[in-house]
Formats: sequence, C-alpha cells, structure tokens
Amino acid sequence: MSPISLRLSILSRRTVDLIAGRWFCATAVLAASIVLLILVFVVREASSALSDIGVVRFLTDDTWRPTAGAKASYGIIPMLAGSLFVTSGAVIVAGVPGVLSALLIRFYAPPFLATIHRRVIELLAGVPSVVFGFWGLVVLVPIINRLHPPGQSLLAGILILSLMILPTIALTAEAALRGVPASYSSAAAALGMGRWATIWNVSLPVARRGILAGFLLAATRAIGETMAVVMVCGNIVQVPDSLFAPVRTVTANIAMEMGDAQAEHRSALFLTGLALMVLVALFLIAAGGPRRSEVS
Amino acid sequence: MSPLSKHLRRISTLAVVAFCGLLAGCEGLPAIGVTSSEGRDSSSDLMPGTSNAPKPLSPLSGKLTITGSSTVAPLAAEMATRFEQRHRDVRIDVQTGGSSRGIIDVQSGLAGIGMASRQLSPFEAGLTAHRIAVDGVCLIVHKTNPVMTLTDEQVVAIYRGQVSNWSELGGADLPVVVVNKAAGRATLEVFLNHFGLDNAEIKADIIVGENQQGIKTVAGNPSAIAYVSIGTVSAEVERGTAIRSVPAGNVAPTSENVASGLYPITRPLLFVTNGELNDLQTAFIEFAQSPDVTDLIEAQYFVPPNR
Repeated sequence: MSPISLRLSILSRRTVDLIAGRWFCATAVLAASIVLLILVFVVREASSALSDIGVVRFLTDDTWRPTAGAKASYGIIPMLAGSLFVTSGAVIVAGVPGVLSALLIRFYAPPFLATIHRRVIELLAGVPSVVFGFWGLVVLVPIINRLHPPGQSLLAGILILSLMILPTIALTAEAALRGVPASYSSAAAALGMGRWATIWNVSLPVARRGILAGFLLAATRAIGETMAVVMVCGNIVQVPDSLFAPVRTVTANIAMEMGDAQAEHRSALFLTGLALMVLVALFLIAAGGPRRSEVS
Repeated sequence: MSPLSKHLRRISTLAVVAFCGLLAGCEGLPAIGVTSSEGRDSSSDLMPGTSNAPKPLSPLSGKLTITGSSTVAPLAAEMATRFEQRHRDVRIDVQTGGSSRGIIDVQSGLAGIGMASRQLSPFEAGLTAHRIAVDGVCLIVHKTNPVMTLTDEQVVAIYRGQVSNWSELGGADLPVVVVNKAAGRATLEVFLNHFGLDNAEIKADIIVGENQQGIKTVAGNPSAIAYVSIGTVSAEVERGTAIRSVPAGNVAPTSENVASGLYPITRPLLFVTNGELNDLQTAFIEFAQSPDVTDLIEAQYFVPPNR
C-alpha cells in the first residue's frame, strides 16, 4: 500500500468532511467574489458618469446622444423602455406555446413523441443567439418589411426573442408539472375528473409558482440578450409607438457603442449596464420568492 | 483536534486567502478583457516585444499585438500571416474593436500597433500614423432600386428626412428606409464630413454597427439606403448579394477612382504607433507599406497608397 492511500485510509470521516467543506467553501467564495468584483468594476467605471453627468440627466434627458459634445444628452429611459417592451412582448408570445408544449409532454403525447419533442426543445435552447439574429435579419425582417417598413422593429425583436426563451419556459413548466405529487392526480381521477379538468383544476394551479418562476427566468435571459437584438431591432433610440417601430435596447446600445467609446461616453455606457444589472437583480429576487416556496 | 487536521485547516485557510488576494490583484488591472467585445488575454500583451526585443543582427522574434478598426483588421490579419511565414519566431495577434479602441490601446501600451480607418484627430497628436491603404465610402441601395444616381443635395435631403418616398427621386412608390451607422463609427465620421451633416439632424429608420449588418439590411429591403466601405461592397456584389452602389458626384465608386483621387468620399487606413518603435514594429510596418503586400490590399478591394 502506498503511503498516500495508507494515510487517506486512516483519516477520520470527520476530517474528510472538513477537507471537503473547506474546499467547497473556498470555491463558493471564489464564485461569489467574481460576481461582486464585476459589480465593483462596473460601479467604478460608471462613477465618473454618475458624478459628472448625474443620475437625474440619465432619467430626464429625452434622447441618447453622448458624442454630441456640448449638446450631449444621456437619456436612458427610451432604451430601458425598449428593453422592457421587447422582453415582456417575448414572454407573452412564448408563454402560451411554452406551457402548452409542457402539457403536451406531460399529459398528451405518447412517450416516444414526448421524448422527441423534449429533445427538439432542448436543441432550440442550444442554438447560438447570433444564428437567431442572422436568421431574423435575412428571413423575418424582409417579411415584416413587406407588411410595414422598415422591417427591423420591436415586432422582429419580440418574435426572435420569444423563439429563444421558449425552451426556458417549456422546460421549467415541464419540471414544475412533474413536481405535482402523483397522489393529486390519482385523487382527481378517483373523483371522476377528465384529463383536461385535472390539468386545469389541479396540475396547473399547483405548478403555478414554478411556471411563473420559469417566466421570470426567461425574462432575465431576454433582457440580457444582445447579438440577436442588435441585428433585428433597428436600434433607433425612441420609445416605440407601434409594433413596427424600431427600438434600441440597453444591451444593443452597449454592444454597438462600447468599441468606439471614450472617456465620458464610455463611463455612461457602464452606467447603463449598471442600470440593467439592477433590473435583472429585481427580476431574480422576484423569481427567487416563488421558487423557494414551491419546494415545500 | 489531531495535528493532521489542524495542518489541513491551515492549508485550506491559506487557499481562501490566496484566492481573495488573486482576485484583489485582478481588480487593479482596469479594462482588460472585461470591456473589450472581442476579448483579449492580459499579462503577456503588455508592451509586446519590448521585453525580448532582438539585437540588431539577430532574426526577428517576439509578439506583436494589433488592435482597432474592423475595416483594417482583415487586411492586417492577412499581412500578419504572410509576415509570420517569413519570420518563424514572430507571433502577431490582430484583434478588432473599432478605430478609437485601437488608438486607446496604443496610447495605453496594450497594443503595439493600432489600426484606424480615419484621420487622427488633433487630440491624438502624440501618435504616428502610417498609411497602408485607402478606402472609399459609398452609398448602397437594393439591386432592384431604379434610382441610379443621387446628387449630394439629394443624399443630404434623404438623410435629413426631407425626402421620404423614392418616387420623389424618380424611383418606385416606396418609403425611403434610411440606414445610419452607430455613433463613433469611422464610416459615420467620413460620411458626415463629406456631406456636411450633423449626426443629430439625421432621421434614421435603422441604425447598424458593422458594414456587414448594413449590407444585409439593404439586401433584404428594396427601399433601404445605406453607406458602407467600398471594399466590402465590391466583394459582396461579386458574390451576388442584392445590392448596388450609387456613384458620388457622377464618379463611380471603384478602386481605380479611389486610387486616382477622383472619388470624393475616401479615408486612409492607418497603422498607428506611439513613440519609439522596436525592431519588430518597424519591420512589420515597412512590410505593410512594401510592394510585397499589394496583392493582399487589392484582394480586400482597398487601394494601395501612392508611394
């Protein structure tokens, strides 16, 4: 027996736990500090914009024109509105088919079809966002342009993003429905309820919190999405007045301008990034609540 | 507690402290990796080549980082590949991120050479510009658009939103979809300068980032008008993309007209350096300005400068 394995074999169970615990603790600290350091970095980069331009101008300026020198304006409200419209639109569009495909997998499809459908949904989740964006630009945008120019629009963004978040909604809804105790559906069957009545009156109400948590997780993905949105949304800084109007989201703004931004402009972009992080944090807090209580 | 477990506890505590120290160290290095859209690795890129600058007579070796304009990058990458084939011990990294990024990186020493697709501004006076090629900016419309020529006044009117339908210019009854570039892009500056426009007065329907996005947008929209680098346009037209370039002041946007100086909307493609050059930087810039790379410049549809 080698000296090492001999030594390992005489370690008490408590010592093994101690090593494992410390090691896990160290890696957890590492993971958490990276997030914190990113936050610290973003705040530090944004600080000169915060002190020189001030939060008030970011909220009250009516447009975003950071390179206009003395006439520069820094309004981020149109872009925050853009992000929120695109995101909520996508969640609404993807919500119904997402939950329906979860119901199909759980209750209606024969096992082999359910497996295939699940795999297809998972595949959809794996498609890179730039592929969605490119497809949107060369296929979807020209179609919308025929309905109402210019084609690159809020609608195009909503449709592309809804495709991207559909898997998140479908898979979390499916997991939530799987979490409904079998005894509930047995009881429903004993009461003589049909399949749809069971779904509508028992499964969906019980799984409701899990499904809603999936909606919120999907929303955080949609609001952070960049590449696809840059390609299909048209990127005009404005609060859209119709589905066919182009919009610019906060993430698209950062992606398009960061490469060429200097000084004040750069700092202002970091501030918009910070605003987005705060928004996503609010989403996650909202999503965290229901998920905790679902376990019980 | 056994001596062994005490020992282990000390080691694990040390590990945690080391982790934190490592992270705190990283925080002191601003703007590396986190801000660049293309991602670049850190430590070894700082002042490339300086630490192991070769002696005058020894063969060239070391590493050179080039960052900046996405218009110049494909050309610089081709030049770098050919240069590396001739000098086995040299490694050249070409990264994109916009002209201003290239200039900032050269000033801060993150890059040995910056790429810019516009003239240096007076604020960037301390830097040296090396012209490697010339490019033109031209307007493009969809292939099916019957409007063949546009005067400068018409272009200005379109971009100011005073003309909103192609029928006013002799085209089909389609609304004009104006495509503009994102703030800070070099092509935007060249365009604004030539037409005497202010970005604030442009009424754009769509704003794009890269040249390719502009081309794809126009190819998919029969009523759109955009402006992009002539180099990328010629390549796309040859490939059969549904776009057509529009002459400026009756001069066709061709390489010949850019070279002769007839075509009015042009910009230099520059390598930018800061202060004294090391042997590797000097050799690569001389190479990039030599006849050895003329074919590479022409393959990208740029024009070699008159030497």
